[in-house]
Amino acid sequence: MSIVRDAEIAATPTRGGFATLFSNVNRWRVPLSVLALCILPWILPSQALAVNVLIYGLVAVGYNLLFGYTGLLSFGHAAFFGAGAYATGIAIGAFGVNWFAAMLIGLAVAAVLSVIMGVLAIRTRGIYFSMVTLALSQLVYYSALQASSWTGGENGLRGFTVSVLNFPGFSLNFLDPMIKYYAIMVIVALALWFVSRVLNSPFGAVIEAIRENETRARACGYDVERTKLLSFVLSGILCGLAGTLSAMHLSIVPLDSLHYHTSGLIVMMTLLGGAGSFFGPFVGALAFLSMEDVFSLWTSNWQLIVGVIFILFVLYLPKGIWGTLISWWKSR
Amino acid sequence: MTVQLIAMQLFSGLALGAVLIMVALGLSIIFGMLGIVNFAHGALFMVGAYAGLYVAGLTGSFWWALVLAPVLIGLFGMLIERFLIRPLYGRSPDDPLLLTFGLGYVLVEAVRILFGTDGIPFSTPAALRGVVNLGIGFFPLYRLFVIGVVCTVLLLLWIGLEKTKFGLIVRAGSADPLIMRVLGVDISKLWLVVFGIGVGITALGGVLAAPMRNVSPEMGTLVLAEAFVVTVIGGMGSLAGAVVAGLIVGVAVSMTSLFAPEMATIVMFALMALILLVRPNGLYGRAAPGL
Repeated sequence: MSIVRDAEIAATPTRGGFATLFSNVNRWRVPLSVLALCILPWILPSQALAVNVLIYGLVAVGYNLLFGYTGLLSFGHAAFFGAGAYATGIAIGAFGVNWFAAMLIGLAVAAVLSVIMGVLAIRTRGIYFSMVTLALSQLVYYSALQASSWTGGENGLRGFTVSVLNFPGFSLNFLDPMIKYYAIMVIVALALWFVSRVLNSPFGAVIEAIRENETRARACGYDVERTKLLSFVLSGILCGLAGTLSAMHLSIVPLDSLHYHTSGLIVMMTLLGGAGSFFGPFVGALAFLSMEDVFSLWTSNWQLIVGVIFILFVLYLPKGIWGTLISWWKSR
Repeated sequence: MTVQLIAMQLFSGLALGAVLIMVALGLSIIFGMLGIVNFAHGALFMVGAYAGLYVAGLTGSFWWALVLAPVLIGLFGMLIERFLIRPLYGRSPDDPLLLTFGLGYVLVEAVRILFGTDGIPFSTPAALRGVVNLGIGFFPLYRLFVIGVVCTVLLLLWIGLEKTKFGLIVRAGSADPLIMRVLGVDISKLWLVVFGIGVGITALGGVLAAPMRNVSPEMGTLVLAEAFVVTVIGGMGSLAGAVVAGLIVGVAVSMTSLFAPEMATIVMFALMALILLVRPNGLYGRAAPGL
């Protein structure tokens, strides 16, 4: 996997003041992302697409923490996305919990699940890791299929809606598309800020050290297993958060959100945008969902086109859209 | 719950395991030699079943399908290796994995366009219908036939790998490709052939499985996860591991469907989790490569 190294690029002295520009972009990456997200619903053809970009962008950002920065290729992140969504939906539908508590429950379930899967998967390395995460997430999928009295089985989870977001003192009408978009955006922005802080922390440096050379990181005295597990769990929680937002947005949780095809979509988006860069995942989610939006107008077999484009990216542009843009810019 | 019923279920488990062995074996051969995990493996299993359906429709004979479909799909596999995977050698091991994942996606869609999205029944050939008395009870002849074919393939593979010059080169190449190059063996041709064989074996598994279930574009997705479970339990790259683990998983699944049907799909994953806790490299596994 070719990866754009934020820190390395920022530290490289280049002609044309690229380094200063890049380090400025990097310093203001959270405000810049929020700015871009603010104007997103005004430039995209539909509101629904914009909300999807928010949700899947967040999934890809969470996934990127593990894949792009820690160097672990998981094929099981649909489990956390789906678990967050199901837990939120069940909490609201079956127990009548309010939206905020339901979100916390969704996060907690995703966290517990990612600890369990992480402990098992991190015992393996390299490509084993990808296979084990895929198999474990399928276990979650089939469990949800069997527990149909709770999850609705093949029909997905229905029968819950969030129409109003209650805060102390005021409330927001969640049915208004614009209010819904910006409410979700605030949560996504908080998550982005959190990820940015994590990446700037010493922990962020250690996960990149593990990606670059695991043996050396171990020799330097870092507890590689614990760091990997923490990164796995953080990334699982972020995907779980996206899941809870998706459940509140759609008022339905399709069973497919647990399937490894969803994990594959997450991998594709992250890679299309550029793994290991801060903006890459959002660019990837935007590119992927826009392609889906456009191609599905022409043909019902849009996945064929998307699949071919993905193969071409792996072959010729493994750094993704954003990563390629950066290296092209740098080499000018 | 009689002893006979349990014995019969054990036998069904062997037939189920036999198909799993074919898929896991294909995966393991390719991994052992080329060091890549083929995520399109489930899709190629499905394409094999469709190729069998097509050839059987064209020639009107199941036997032609059984022989021709794996050969055709094996050749198709060689094209995949030559034009899609070869450019990725020397890059990160994640790259072929990602590429084959995308390829699986494309294959499933392509089959949907060509053959439709609905499942198509694949009838058991007339000569193999009916049941046989095994002494403990009556058993479907076709399942017995599947076990027989898989045993034959395993025997041929063992002779091919252990008793021929080609097998010697393959084993040496999987142990140390660099030295083989130094000795003047064109290793890329070898990889091409091995990839083709691995894919062909999987396609044969697809044709064999077709009469036992409907042929549908999605039939490969569960199989891919199952094959991963089998290879993780058996140990990546180990052929003996693939065989033993395939049988264990097959029998475990069919036994669970006798006692607790709702747990049948879940039990193999639980088994894998257990193995990971006790032996992270699988029953016959060596340490993960490259690390």
